[in-house]
Amino acid sequence: MHRILSKERLGPEINRYVIEAPQISRRRKPGQFVIIRLCPEGERIPLTIADADPEEGTLTLVVQAVGKTTWQLADMEEGDEIIDVTGPLGRPTHIERYGTVLCVGGGIGVAPLYPITSALKDAGNEIVCIIGARSADLLIMEKEMESVSDHMLVTTDDGSYGMHGMVTDGIKRIVVEEGRKADFAVAIGPPVMMKFTCLLTGELEIPTMVSLNPIMIDGTGMCGGCRVSVGGKTKFACVDGPEFDGHQVDFDELMKRLSAYRTHEKEAMDRYSECRAETGGGGR
Amino acid sequence: MDSKERLAIPPHPMPEQDPAERVDNVREVPLGYTAETAIAEATRCLQCKTPFCVDGCPVNIDIPGFVQAVEDGDFKKGIRILKKDNLLPAICGRVCPQETQCQLECTVGKARKDQTKSVMIGKLERFLADWEREQGEFEVPRMPPSSGKKVAVIGAGPAGLTLAGDLVRMGHDVTVFEAFHKAGGVLVYGIPEFRLPKSIVQTEVDYLEKLGVEFRYNHVVGKTLTMEKLVEDYDAVFVGTGAGLPKFMRIPGQNLLGVFSANEYLTRANLMKAYEFPRSDTPIFRARKVMTVGGGNVAMDCARTALRLGAQDSLVVYRRSEKEMPARVEEIEHAREEGVQMHLLNNPVRILGDENDWVMGAEIVRMKLGEPDASGRRRPIPIEGSEYVLDVDAVIVAIGNSPNPLIPDTFPDLEVTRWGGIVTNEVTGQTSVRGIFAGGDIVLGAATVILAMSHGRRAAKAIHIYLKTGRWSDLEEAVAVEINQSQTSS
Ligand SMILES: Cc1cc2nc3c(=O)[nH]c(=O)nc-3n(C[C@H](O)[C@H](O)[C@H](O)COP(=O)(O)OP(=O)(O)OC[C@H]3O[C@@H](n4cnc5c(N)ncnc54)[C@H](O)[C@@H]3O)c2cc1C
Ligand code: FES
Repeated sequence: MHRILSKERLGPEINRYVIEAPQISRRRKPGQFVIIRLCPEGERIPLTIADADPEEGTLTLVVQAVGKTTWQLADMEEGDEIIDVTGPLGRPTHIERYGTVLCVGGGIGVAPLYPITSALKDAGNEIVCIIGARSADLLIMEKEMESVSDHMLVTTDDGSYGMHGMVTDGIKRIVVEEGRKADFAVAIGPPVMMKFTCLLTGELEIPTMVSLNPIMIDGTGMCGGCRVSVGGKTKFACVDGPEFDGHQVDFDELMKRLSAYRTHEKEAMDRYSECRAETGGGGR
Repeated sequence: MDSKERLAIPPHPMPEQDPAERVDNVREVPLGYTAETAIAEATRCLQCKTPFCVDGCPVNIDIPGFVQAVEDGDFKKGIRILKKDNLLPAICGRVCPQETQCQLECTVGKARKDQTKSVMIGKLERFLADWEREQGEFEVPRMPPSSGKKVAVIGAGPAGLTLAGDLVRMGHDVTVFEAFHKAGGVLVYGIPEFRLPKSIVQTEVDYLEKLGVEFRYNHVVGKTLTMEKLVEDYDAVFVGTGAGLPKFMRIPGQNLLGVFSANEYLTRANLMKAYEFPRSDTPIFRARKVMTVGGGNVAMDCARTALRLGAQDSLVVYRRSEKEMPARVEEIEHAREEGVQMHLLNNPVRILGDENDWVMGAEIVRMKLGEPDASGRRRPIPIEGSEYVLDVDAVIVAIGNSPNPLIPDTFPDLEVTRWGGIVTNEVTGQTSVRGIFAGGDIVLGAATVILAMSHGRRAAKAIHIYLKTGRWSDLEEAVAVEINQSQTSS
């Protein structure tokens, strides 16, 4: 059992949880994830670890409520318990001194980007951070990112905050217009954002690492459900990744595979909403 | 009753759920013997002086002994004899390939020149185990005083569970580390409910807990904690992590939507109970026409699971002929009865997708059998120009699994074979690293429950002696001496 020690609202339907997981917090490195299950009938879902405090024995997770399980998590409160947390899974991020690194985060992807940025900063890199969201209220962890960046640019799709545009527009401004040289880039966010970021950094010849989040079950390389095509080869994101060379990833395939259970997800969500309405929140 | 009369008794088939009915539920297919039928079946045994059946059993169960007890109606004695050599009879009685083991050697079958007429040893084994479970309370054996030694077991499959049960009864302190949230390994995530009810596996796990085995779930060794740490904290470590790495076909279209590994399909269905969706949260793709590729038990399980999930058609595509199919005869028969269509001597060359990348068909080539290959089976050869398209909307790939690479990868000191299996001493299960033992599918590649159990059992003996004496380089001899002693003393 893993107790939720704190829950903090970062935006609409976006929460930051600190949960008890002493063993995992001691072992975890930036870039790794956990698989959680909320209840005996629950599904297993992967969540990237946003931060950890080995002394306190805690993990930080940032979760946006989008489907049944993440909504159920959103309905949980401090003191509630999560039955299973497995990890830390996946390969840790390869951290080295590249020089100047573009750290590009979109939406909820800023959460997993934070520990990686922080580690890159500690390794002596100059950090140029570009984070974006659809609108101002969906922007998360701006302060945290600022604390580990040398330069920072915020974009919103609707222009409600920061630069009007997408993160790719931000990259163009910094690299093309301002002529800042970048030796490496890390991009984490929705697959479509990573796709276009990689198309752009490909043109700009900036090596780019992305972190993928396909559908997973076991997270240990057992089912192959998480397979992705990288450089024409099939890889299991849970054990070979989750981070890959973004210029080699087949994002279109990833997006399609992510949508495989959309009708099921909707069915599960509708059912959950009904019982939420009946019980006045809280779920089953 | 003399032998002639016994030989004249026809075998007692086990009643089964009607095929038309059972494809709509996940309940067990064979329904079990009544006490009367079990006694009548046991009466067919000739009590041979030299029981060949025992040699056919990988764990050498005293078969004539327990069968005699059934004939006498002394079920308590029967189960005691069984459990001396087999800790998990309810499971083995259901999933062991008896027709290629004990029942292949049975004199009754030989006398009748038909091994399907052998004494139904497996069904009697299942009967006793079920009888005991229905009695409620399990006999908890008297436990020896604690040895003060600690053993870590990695993986709660049949190898790990058997070993844990043996070692705890020898007085050692046993902790099992399991990656999943449930114990049982393939028994819970692979083999379907209709073949092995999960409550049976759970009963066995509960029993081990009662004996004092500690289970730590959600512990992925190599990730949550390291091998190095286990070696440091425990007096011995057993690796029973199974063959969990699914093979794919490397043909065009393998990443289309609706293509699954058998592991994924079965895990969703079994462990995560997707057949109860949306009452359970894990979804599974409900296809109309499902093609399963492969010819083993795993393929049969997938094809039959697909029917239970509502598929109208379930096809098995296998590149050799029925004779070469590695699946148990009973499983093939059950699948056929339920309407699974076998496309033998066929092999997919490409999976076809629609405009949204969902599976919409498979291109198949017909095969013929050529000369025997390294495995002794005749090599399948494609017949040029024989390609045709099967209309299917889901493909399950059940062409095998390789040993789980996680532990060897994170702990390179362990010597592994070219195909990734951990190298061990055959008698003791010792690996190349002092204090670490291994067994089951991680050593054999995808094999059987009973072989995994026999590995667990052998390694338990060896670990016991290792913990007592500290001998390593000549542990095999020490084990042989101990086995001899126990045989002469009993
Ligand atoms: C669908 C299917 C049907 C089958 N049907 C039959 C049959 O009818 N008859 C038969 O005899 N055999 C059958 N088999 C084969 C049989 O199930 C296996 O041979 C047997 O289960 C192997 O046992 P094991 O203990 O070696 O490993 P497994 O049962 O594979 O168990 C390994 C366990 O280790 C865990 N694990 C793996 N890595 C780690 C790690 N790093 N840390 C912690 N835990 C870890 C896994 O989660 C798993 O629980 C079937 C197999 C499948 C897949
Ligand atoms: S999640 Fe099952 S193999 Fe990656």
